[in-house]
Order: sequence, then C-alpha cells, then structure tokens
Amino acid sequence: MANKETMAIRGGRILDPGRGVDLVGDVLIREGRIAAVGPGVAAEAGRIIDAAGLIVCPGLIDIHCHLRDPGFEHKETIETGTRAAARGGFTTICCMPNTEPPIDSRAGVEYILRTAAAQGAVRVLPIGCITRGRQGKELAEMGELAEASAVGFSDDGSPVADAALMRHALEYASAFGLPVIEHCEEPSLSHEGVMHEGWVANRLGLRGIPAAAEEAAVARNIALAEFAGTHLHVAHVSTAGSVKLVRAAKKRGVQVTAEVTPHHLALTDEAVMLAAPVPSGVEGADGSIGLMYDTNAKVNPPLRPAADVQACIEGLADGTIDAIATDHAPHAIEDKLCEFDLAAFGISGLETALGLCLTLTEDVGAHGHAPPHPGHAPLQMIIERLTAGPVRALGLARFVPGLGSLAEGAPGDVLVFDPEAEWVVEPERFASKGKNTPLAGRTLRGRVVATIYGGKVVYQA
Amino acid sequence: MVQRATRGKPAEEVRPPEGVDIPTWERRHVLDLDDFSRREMEQVIETADAMKEVLSREIRRVPTLRGTIVATLFYETSTRTRSSFELAAKALGADVVSVAAGASSVQKGESLVDSARTLQAIGADILVMRHRHSGAPYLVAGHVDISVINAGDGWHAHPTQALLDAYTIQQHLGDLRGKKVVIVGDILHSRVARSNIWGLTTMGVQVVLCGPPTLLPWGLRPDHRGNENRALPPVEVDTNLDRAIEGADVVMALRLQLERQQAGLLPSLREYMRLYQVDEERLARAKPSVLVMHPGPINEGIELSPAVAHGARSVIEEQVTNGVAVRMALLYLLAKGR
Amino acid sequence: MPWSALMAEHVILSPEDIRRSLSRIAHEIVESNPTLDDLVLVGMRTRGVPLAARLAQRIADFEGRAVPVGALDIGLYRDDISYLDLKPQLKPTEIPTDIAGKRVVLVDDVLFTGRSIRAALDALIDFGRPQQIQLAVLVDRGHRELPIRADYVGKNIPTARQEDVQVFLDETDGRDAVVVLSTEP
Repeated sequence: MANKETMAIRGGRILDPGRGVDLVGDVLIREGRIAAVGPGVAAEAGRIIDAAGLIVCPGLIDIHCHLRDPGFEHKETIETGTRAAARGGFTTICCMPNTEPPIDSRAGVEYILRTAAAQGAVRVLPIGCITRGRQGKELAEMGELAEASAVGFSDDGSPVADAALMRHALEYASAFGLPVIEHCEEPSLSHEGVMHEGWVANRLGLRGIPAAAEEAAVARNIALAEFAGTHLHVAHVSTAGSVKLVRAAKKRGVQVTAEVTPHHLALTDEAVMLAAPVPSGVEGADGSIGLMYDTNAKVNPPLRPAADVQACIEGLADGTIDAIATDHAPHAIEDKLCEFDLAAFGISGLETALGLCLTLTEDVGAHGHAPPHPGHAPLQMIIERLTAGPVRALGLARFVPGLGSLAEGAPGDVLVFDPEAEWVVEPERFASKGKNTPLAGRTLRGRVVATIYGGKVVYQA
Repeated sequence: MVQRATRGKPAEEVRPPEGVDIPTWERRHVLDLDDFSRREMEQVIETADAMKEVLSREIRRVPTLRGTIVATLFYETSTRTRSSFELAAKALGADVVSVAAGASSVQKGESLVDSARTLQAIGADILVMRHRHSGAPYLVAGHVDISVINAGDGWHAHPTQALLDAYTIQQHLGDLRGKKVVIVGDILHSRVARSNIWGLTTMGVQVVLCGPPTLLPWGLRPDHRGNENRALPPVEVDTNLDRAIEGADVVMALRLQLERQQAGLLPSLREYMRLYQVDEERLARAKPSVLVMHPGPINEGIELSPAVAHGARSVIEEQVTNGVAVRMALLYLLAKGR
Repeated sequence: MPWSALMAEHVILSPEDIRRSLSRIAHEIVESNPTLDDLVLVGMRTRGVPLAARLAQRIADFEGRAVPVGALDIGLYRDDISYLDLKPQLKPTEIPTDIAGKRVVLVDDVLFTGRSIRAALDALIDFGRPQQIQLAVLVDRGHRELPIRADYVGKNIPTARQEDVQVFLDETDGRDAVVVLSTEP
C-alpha cells in the first residue's frame, strides 16, 4: 500500500535476524517501504514513533491461520481475522483454504485477495487446496490456483490420506514451484480421538490420538517428497518423533521444511485437565468441581507431554523447524461450550502468539512454572522464526520481495513491541471473533505496542 | 454451632441436637471418587448401613427428604441405574422427575446445559445424570447451583457404582486394607474400572487389573509401567488371568462390549472367553472366600461362566440391593437446606 | 462436645441418684403393665440405648423375665433436616422383634422440646402398629414445644431455655452423671 507519508520509528532495538541486524537506532519508512535503518535516520520523518526501550523488528508473518471466510463468518471474517493479526503484531498472514466453499479455484483465491484488499488490515496470502473440494480424491487445479496467486497448497484440517494421491500432488505442484503444506495425520490411528493418548486421556476417560498418528504420516510424506524430489512443508509439528524425522530428512538433503505452533512450544496435554482460571463469559457456580475438561485446550494436533514440547523447542532452536505459525483457529462460543468429545478443535492464537513465544526466552513459562526446556532461547532466534524463517520456508520472497526483513525497499511492515510489559490475556477483548484460548486469565510478558503495515499504523496499543 | 441455612434468609446459629454426632460433609457434587478421602468413603458406607435397614422393612419408606425434588437426566439408556436412583429417592420420600434424553440425536452442549438449567428452574434440588461423553457432568456442575451426581460419564467415572462395590466388599470381608481385588476385562473403556481404581486404592486395597493389552489403557500396560504413570493411583497390571487371580479376595468382572471385536481390538469372543472368562477352574486359584462381582448387565456366559455367575461366591444381586442403599446415602448427604 | 467445655458444669444427678431413678422407673414399668409378655423396650440413640438396656437388666433382676431391647435412630425422621447444613451421622435401627400389637416403652435420656419423641413415634409406627407406646426418660427439663409427656420420669429439672442438660453414662462417656451446663460460672 503506497503511502506518501514518511514515518520513523526512533530509538528502538532493531532486530532483523534474517540479515543479522541487531542495533539500536531508527527505521525510516517512505511511501510504504523501508527507506533506511540505522542510528539517526529518523531526522527527516513526518511522523515519529518513539521506540526507546522497545524492540523493532519486521512485521511478523504467520504462514498458517484460518480466517473462516467464506462460509463460517460467525467464527471469523477476513476483516476481524486481519485485525486480530495486526493486534498480534502480524503484517502478513497465509490463510488456509478449508472454508465453505473451499479455495480450490481461481474464484476462491480472488475472493480472498479482493476482500483482504478492501477490508483487511494486513496482507493476506491465500493457500489453495491440494485436492478438489478437500475431498482427498482428485487433485485441485493447481495451475489455476498458482496463476491466481496462491502461495502454496494444503488440505489442512485434513490430511491427504491416500499415499498415491499425495505422491502425485507433490510431483504436480513442483511445476509451479509451490510447496505442498501437509497436515500430517494417519486418520485410522487418530480416529475419533480428542486429545493426546497418554495418562491424561486415561485419567479423563477420553479417546486418545497417539503420537504415532502424526509420525507415521510424517514418515510417509517425507519418503514421498524424497522420492519425488519436491518441496514438502510439514504443518504444525508436535511430537519428538516428528522432529527427529524432519531433522534426519534435512540432513539427507530432502527438500522439507516445518513449522510449529506457539501452543505446542509452551503447553502440555495437562492443560486439558488442570483447573484453569475461570474462562471469560463462563461463571463457575461452585469452585468444588475438581477436574476440568477444558475444551479450549482441545486442538489438532493435540497438546503433547513435556518431552515432546521440549523436543519441539530444541528443533526450533537448531533450525530443524523453520517457522513458528499460529494455526489460528477461531470458533464460536457454542462450538466450545459443550461436551469435550463434541467440541471443535482449535485455539484462537493470533493475539497471544508473540507473548507465548517470548515465554521461551525467560525462566518462567506461561503457567508460572519453569517451562519444560530451561528457558533462555535467544530472542533473535524466536524473531527469526516469526519473520525470515516463514518467508524462507514457503519461499514467499518471490511474491513480495524483501518480505520478513527490514532491507531497503522491503515492504514497510514493522512491529514495535515491549519485551518487558506484562499483560493478562482477556479473550473478550480480542479483535478476533474467536475467544477460544486456554490462556484466559494468564499473564504473559511481551506486548505489541504498534503494528505498521505498508507504512500505515494498523494497530497501536 | 451449626449454621441454620434457609434459602433467602440469613443464616442463624443453632445448637447441634444433643447427643448427636455431626460429621462434616462439604461436598456439593459427587462426580468421581478421585478426590474422596478415606473418611468420606467410610461416611457414605456408614450411612448406607442405616439406609439398608430401611430397605429391609416392610414399608421401605422414610420421610427424610420429603419436599426434595430429585431429577434424573439420562442420555444413555439404563434401566438398572436409573431405577436404582428413582427407588432411592422415593424411599427417602423425595419426588422424582425423570428425563430420558434421546441418545441418538447429536447432543451439543448448549442443550445439555440448557436441559440441566431447565430442571433447576423447575425446582430440582439434586440432578442425577448419565451421559455417553466423559466430562459432561463437570460441564453441567459448572453451570448450575444445585447438586450433581454422576451416574456414569463415558469411559470416565461411575462413582456410585464404585461406592456400592466397596460397600459390598466391606459387608463380607470387613476392613478393605490389604485385600486383593482383581478387575478383569475391558479396562480401557470402563468407567466402573476407573472409579473402582480410585475408590479401592483409597481404602488401601491392592488392585490388580487384568485384560488383553488392547483393552488396557495406555500407560498402564505392563510394558509401559513406570512410564508416564503419574497422578494415577498405584495398581498392578497383568495380561494373564490365571496368574493374576492367585489368592484374590475379590474378582470383579467387567462387561465386554461385543463391538470391541469388530473394532479390531480382539480377534474373537471365543479367544476372549478362553483367556479371560472367570470360570470355576480359574476361581479355584483365588481364596476360598473369594467374592465374585459384576456391575451388570452380564453378557451371559462371556465374562463369567454361568456356574460362577450364579454360584455361591457371587454377590452380584447384593450389589444391586446395596446400590439402592448407597444411592439413598448420597441423596441424604447431599440434600440441602431449603 | 467442644463448645460445652467452655461452659460451667453443675451436677444434678450423681451416679447413685441415677441408679435409684432407674430402679424406680423399672418398678413403675412393671407395675403399670399388666403383663411383661408383650413389652418391648426401645432406646433412642444414642444414650437412650444403654438406659433401656439397664432398665431391662433391672426388670430381669426383679422379675426374672427377659424383656427385648431395641435401638432406634431417628435421624431419618427429624423435622429439622432441611434446616441443618450438616446432617447427623445415621446409625442403623435395630428392633429385634415385631412390635405390632406390643406395648413399646420408648427410653430416652432427656425430654426437652418433644420433637425427638415425635420423630420416634413416626419411626415406630413405620415398623408396625404397637398396641401402646409409653415413654420413660431419665430427666425432664421442661420447655415442651409439642403436646408430649413422659409416663416415667427419673427427675424433673426446671431449666432456663438457654441452659443445657447433658447426661453422661458409663457405657458411652466413661462416667455416670447428669449435669446442667450454663454460661454463668
């Protein structure tokens, strides 16, 4: 979005990990693009944002979220979803095609782009379906989707269950240089499961989803990608076994990339049963209920035990996992206010992502207890996995040169945040229609101060 | 001093009736036995004794809960548990409202919470509910002001069954400490097993679970022991019934859902019976005073051989009678001042 | 009871007084009832039970006849259940014989408002239709709230309403005494 105004963000600690930049200074934005970065460049600016004591980095990029629009507008719309993104510090989001109708045609992609341009607060890059209608039977018209500017293909929500079809999808997509983003799940193993299969599920009497359901599919898909020699992106990795498989595949030179959600880096399956602070809008009539079946912690892939969380953190740190992606999955109240078995899967995560990821950099995790991995993940690494990392994983720089960086000429997408500010998660104040988060009432540290998209402030605290 | 509690009026202090022992009962709901203390379980058992005496009279009725309304909300069909609660309520002079919600239609939570709140609005004081989804009573308890008794939720809990089981065992064998109870069958899908594991271990019982590996919960299988088994009570696990049943004081057989075979969890009923049916030969390995129990309904000839099911060691019918007494005890303990 | 420990204790009946009262009551029971064949003593839990047993023992001593003794728990018949947050621990009722057509002598330690006796009458009638119900109490302290009277009384003790009369028996408390507890020293 071209913008004649010049804006400067002055005096902050500038982190551009993709280019190894870490200095205190100013960022100058002119006509919607980064003009200069360094000490003292703010001098000629029209509007100045004071960032002393704050962190200034490229606007965050979320390569996996659900905007529910078209078809499920009661859960979210492109307008509310992008406002939530801005509030969370994201200036570019890639939306998944499991809408109604699903995005398996040019018309669908164009609808997303058109609506985002008219009503969206930030940049939206659509992902198209792998299979027609997401039915898992026939390939979608990937060529047309690519022409319409889809940035990748996924049936997310569902895996491509048929291995032969997946092979063909990987091969076919390579003609357009676009990645296949796969939700790795072996349906016969996860069948009707509602949370991780472990001692918590046993305690609660809930049908479990074994780690093997994800790992078997990851192994299968890596083998197919290796065979086809094309790019596979593994969505929302959650288990130690999956991390190991991706690490080994990368070592062998397979073209595989991976992402992980903030909740899989900070919460365990115990979040389902621990009595959380009373969630917003729900009055507990009596404190003596004891156990809690928190449907806000119901998500697919499910929250895993501490050992898996630790493995994901290690995989993130050593680069096995390229990107943090929110898998923002907003739901209406009635989809979660019901029996655990019947509740929808998903966590509304755009507005808590930064705060949750920053808990990895400190001694204290989101619960107020020591996190599974003893803290101190470098801040630069976390920011890299939210900016340059996602761009690299999906090759997004082809579509938007300079995306995810503060290089000269890059889009004027900047995030200013306060790494020390503590704030309490209040879902009723989310911009997202989805208030479904297991973090309600918890204190996070790390708060968005301003989100700038194309040189325009789209959110300011 | 005790508080005299009347709805809508401030509490007054009254002296406790003289010569009367007032134990504390602070629980508003009975959802599972996982947090019952030994003292609480003993209190229920003691109260059930008094109730059992009432049931032995010619007129099995006392006026204690006159004016109290007990509502049953059963989303799963169940003749025995529901009738048991209804009889228990009526024996105490309470009024009963029964709602049998359709189990086949998709029941989303709003209608579950709505149904419960409607019963509360009608005037129910205690809600007894059974539901096929684990956790449903917790959802309801969080949205009503009245007491909730869980009559069975999914695979998760069936506290009144476990209480009547403990009561039955105590009636025959006295102090439960150190007794060996073997629970055989489909542990994975059994709320009776789970609640009994909690209740019996609280009472100091040595619990042994026995069944095919596919029907044992993850984390409790013999090869998984010591692995992830935290926050669950200590139990032994064995897939070999002949070995597990040695010296048992009680054998509790669980109902086998015949669909498990279709789900690929068992090769055949025939093999299940061969390896896990409690027959006289196996029973002879237990103590001579062994009790044979089953929560019912029995799949005739499958979990127990007919000779064992109807034999001298079987206390299955007593379990049913005791069930009414235990449920009366819980209704009495939960009934609130009006 | 913990709170009674804070109150001043004033002994009204010594162990000797109690012994004499019970002997007299036992004689009166025998005199008032034409035959012992249809008599049943039913003690009200808790302290009415050992009192009934002692009365039966004395009758056996004088008359050489064993009179059946039962124990009645009125917890399920109280009229104040709905006013109590905490409910009394129930104990089973044990009446060893059919009371239909019998003369039942209810035995209790203290007669006060009469509500416990009313509950006991309801309970007994649920067990069967006695020919007659009589009431024997060790102490009558007045302040009736219902039209109930005792047929046999060990001692009448006028009391203030806020005072408390407590009976201690060897079988339940390790000593025999009847005391009045008041807030005045």
